[in-house]
Amino acid sequence: MNRRMVFNMAGKVVTATGLLLILPTLVALIYKEFKVFESFLIVAVAAILIGFAVIKITKPRTNVIYAKEGFLIVALTWLSMSLVGAVPFVLCGEIPNYADAFFEIVSGFTTTGASVLPDVEALSHAALFWRSFSHWIGGMGILVFMLIFIPNMSDRSIHILRAEMPGPVVGKLVPKATDTARILYIIYLIMTATEIVLLFAGGMPFFDSMVHSFGTAGTGGFGIRGDSIMSYSPYCQWIIAIFMFLFGINFNLYYLLLIRRFKSVFRSGELWAYVGISVGAVALICADIYSSCQNLGEALRLSAFQVSSIVTTTGYSTADFNLWPTFSKTILLLLMIVGACAGSTAGGMKVSRVVIIVKTIKMQIKALLHPRSVNSVKFEGKTVGDETLKSVNSYLGIYCLCLAGFFFVLSFDSFGDIETNISATIACFNNIGPGFGGVGPMANYDGYNYFSKIILSFAMLFGRLEIFPMIIFFSPSTWTKQ
Amino acid sequence: MKIVVVGCGKIGETIIKNLVNEGHDVVAVDMEQEVVSQVSNMYDVMAVCGNGADNDTLDEAGVKDAELFVAVTDSDERNMLSCFIASKMGAKQTIARIRNPEFNDNSLNFIREELGVSIALNPEKLAAHEIYSLLKLPAATKIETFSTRKFEIIEIKLKVDSPFNGLSLIDIRKKFPYKFLVCTVLRDDKAFIPDGNFVLKSGDRISITASRKEVQKLLKKIGIVQRPVKSVMILGASKISHYLAEMLLSDGNDVKIIDKDKEKCLVYDEKLKHPVMIHGDGAQQELLLEEGLKSMDAFVSITGNDECNILVSYFAQSLDVPTVITKTNRDEFSQMANRLGLDCIVSPHMTVANAIVRYARALENSMDSSIETLYKIMDGKAEALEFIIGHDCSFLNIPIKDIKLKDNVLIAGIIRNKSVIIPGGLDFILEKDKVVIVASGIKITSIADIIQ
Repeated sequence: MNRRMVFNMAGKVVTATGLLLILPTLVALIYKEFKVFESFLIVAVAAILIGFAVIKITKPRTNVIYAKEGFLIVALTWLSMSLVGAVPFVLCGEIPNYADAFFEIVSGFTTTGASVLPDVEALSHAALFWRSFSHWIGGMGILVFMLIFIPNMSDRSIHILRAEMPGPVVGKLVPKATDTARILYIIYLIMTATEIVLLFAGGMPFFDSMVHSFGTAGTGGFGIRGDSIMSYSPYCQWIIAIFMFLFGINFNLYYLLLIRRFKSVFRSGELWAYVGISVGAVALICADIYSSCQNLGEALRLSAFQVSSIVTTTGYSTADFNLWPTFSKTILLLLMIVGACAGSTAGGMKVSRVVIIVKTIKMQIKALLHPRSVNSVKFEGKTVGDETLKSVNSYLGIYCLCLAGFFFVLSFDSFGDIETNISATIACFNNIGPGFGGVGPMANYDGYNYFSKIILSFAMLFGRLEIFPMIIFFSPSTWTKQ
Repeated sequence: MKIVVVGCGKIGETIIKNLVNEGHDVVAVDMEQEVVSQVSNMYDVMAVCGNGADNDTLDEAGVKDAELFVAVTDSDERNMLSCFIASKMGAKQTIARIRNPEFNDNSLNFIREELGVSIALNPEKLAAHEIYSLLKLPAATKIETFSTRKFEIIEIKLKVDSPFNGLSLIDIRKKFPYKFLVCTVLRDDKAFIPDGNFVLKSGDRISITASRKEVQKLLKKIGIVQRPVKSVMILGASKISHYLAEMLLSDGNDVKIIDKDKEKCLVYDEKLKHPVMIHGDGAQQELLLEEGLKSMDAFVSITGNDECNILVSYFAQSLDVPTVITKTNRDEFSQMANRLGLDCIVSPHMTVANAIVRYARALENSMDSSIETLYKIMDGKAEALEFIIGHDCSFLNIPIKDIKLKDNVLIAGIIRNKSVIIPGGLDFILEKDKVVIVASGIKITSIADIIQ
């Protein structure tokens, strides 16, 4: 195994994290938060130096990597990035405990948006910025980001791309991995900028528009107010709802739009399933909560916002859906598991996997009825290969097992009841953020003890990286010589 | 530059690998899902699964803005059809692999003009040419010829008794007053561009540029020239052996072809003039000895099986057959064969890949010069390029010693009015000269790339 390459990449990511930390440092400077400025600057410089040292020590002899190294690189870089990113919070004293800070930054990078902070509004601008900016980086992925700047990372950088980007099948838009990464980030950047402008035009202060756009783009969900988005104008709420929905669509489709291949976009089965699921959920919830709202407009806005937020695993809220009827809450819980499209910044199972699983089940039933029939699963106009089917099915299995495992471990903690624990596990594992009960949209995760917080942090990492990289990273057989 | 390659078999993969290394945007197309995913795992390419002659697949591969389209599936006809469709869809240049000897020059010309195929590549024919030139100059392990055919770059391996051993290049110049230049040295799998103080030792592989006449004289002087080959034994009746035997027979050589397949033996016996066709298993040492392997001037192993080629060649070498040439298709095998002591390795895939890389570079290079020929030498670790100098070249009429060349770049020869100049410090470059550059470790696409 090419260990040097794995650790070398980790070194590069630590350096990159240090460079990215310069942004919140500047924010601190602008808002004259000098104590915070100092701690961010120290961490930034330290990270850059340590990163460089690691890069020098582990200079790889060859840059040939295989699928295994791809998984390990992704797992290790995400861990080290989170470990570094948590330090400034502790250093400036705003989140004094390291476990809390780790939870918070993992929640940021994995675009979960679950917070342990009882009072978000007490944080400095720099800390708020860093929290939200971590969503933006984590959404599209740090390694994809670095592919742009390190063009000759490896001939086989597809393994890294594949391990970091969510979805059952990861392909390239254009022949070179570097160019693919660049196109993805350009689309990402343009969409984020558009949202910032639209929110700012709608009367939201500039800092708020920026932070919320980062949160939307990464489908993260860190807000800067205790009541999330509730206190902003309906216009801003609609803008955020729409953009959350847009960031939940496979980015490949935006590229196809750009190169004017409209037909392929409209043929996308996943897109239609995603739209169908969302519209259906909005209609059902809207009908369910209509009686408690002033008018249809409000009911529509509340349900659309919440559905868009949950299905894309963002986690912003404009209503305390904890108080909604059980029917609506159940729909939201189910949406949490489905998630949005593959190849987007969202978490969850991904619509394409759900569609393939449903079709596989249909095929199985047909095969039971007609034992001699020859069947294949078709998706997006193509037959799904055996390899993909196998990987989707095993993903479903391991997904359920992990969910059960995390739920079980969480029960050691006396804080939550069953509803709280289930929804906390699902919300963290699928990178959503708020759950129900004790971890509802207006509450936070502070009640859990440190052990549970670490466990939930790992649940977020497992969910964001789609389980396999982390499992491979932690299985001893990976690291032995055999 | 955007290049679409249809067919990712052994030859397609070699081409893809080389094009990716050159920095091109490559889209690979193949019918087999497994092959497609393998290629996309190994190289930085976009891979499309589908029929290369189907316009939907080609559309998905982005053929309409491809600058080069290469069809190298195993079917000649599909390659032609793919190229035809691709050029109709907007691909600027197309290359098809067409290897059936039944397509003669006339029909190929017709295909080129009528089907929009820019180049018809025949790997087997190229390989046969390469083997043929090695047989003409048996001392060299590799020979490449530049445009006038008077100027050559040859590779030789320094044996234990070579008079070059232990001499620096300056001493060699003094001791052997011929017009030649040692331009690269391959030692421990690394290629060097040596300066005058570089001392050669036994085991080095060196490449020499010189005119054809001077090469003959030099090789005679250092005692490694051998009499030209008269009798050749070829193992394996394939397309390469067909082309090769044709050339050798027309020169009046004795050719003996051995193949396992009786049908094939009969077919080739009909096609060729007076070869000796032997039906039998070439891996049997007894058979080879019976057919007089020991008294042959050269043994050429070109069966479809690399492992067999390497082992049988090794056997022939152990019997002291003066020239042993081995064909391998896989890159990694040719290096291993080298380590076993087999010096003359011919790889049709590399030959074709080189031709395509050369073509791609010529397409993308700038206006001030154009690449005439490009050879990968020293196992692909160095390159020899031939440029035509245009009027806007920045170092016309300047003595070569005053041109600030990049490291690891050498001006290895100047061809002016069909005469060859081996450049010294006082020579200079004129407009319309053809200049041969040898470089290792850097990519050169235009003549301007060689100066600092």
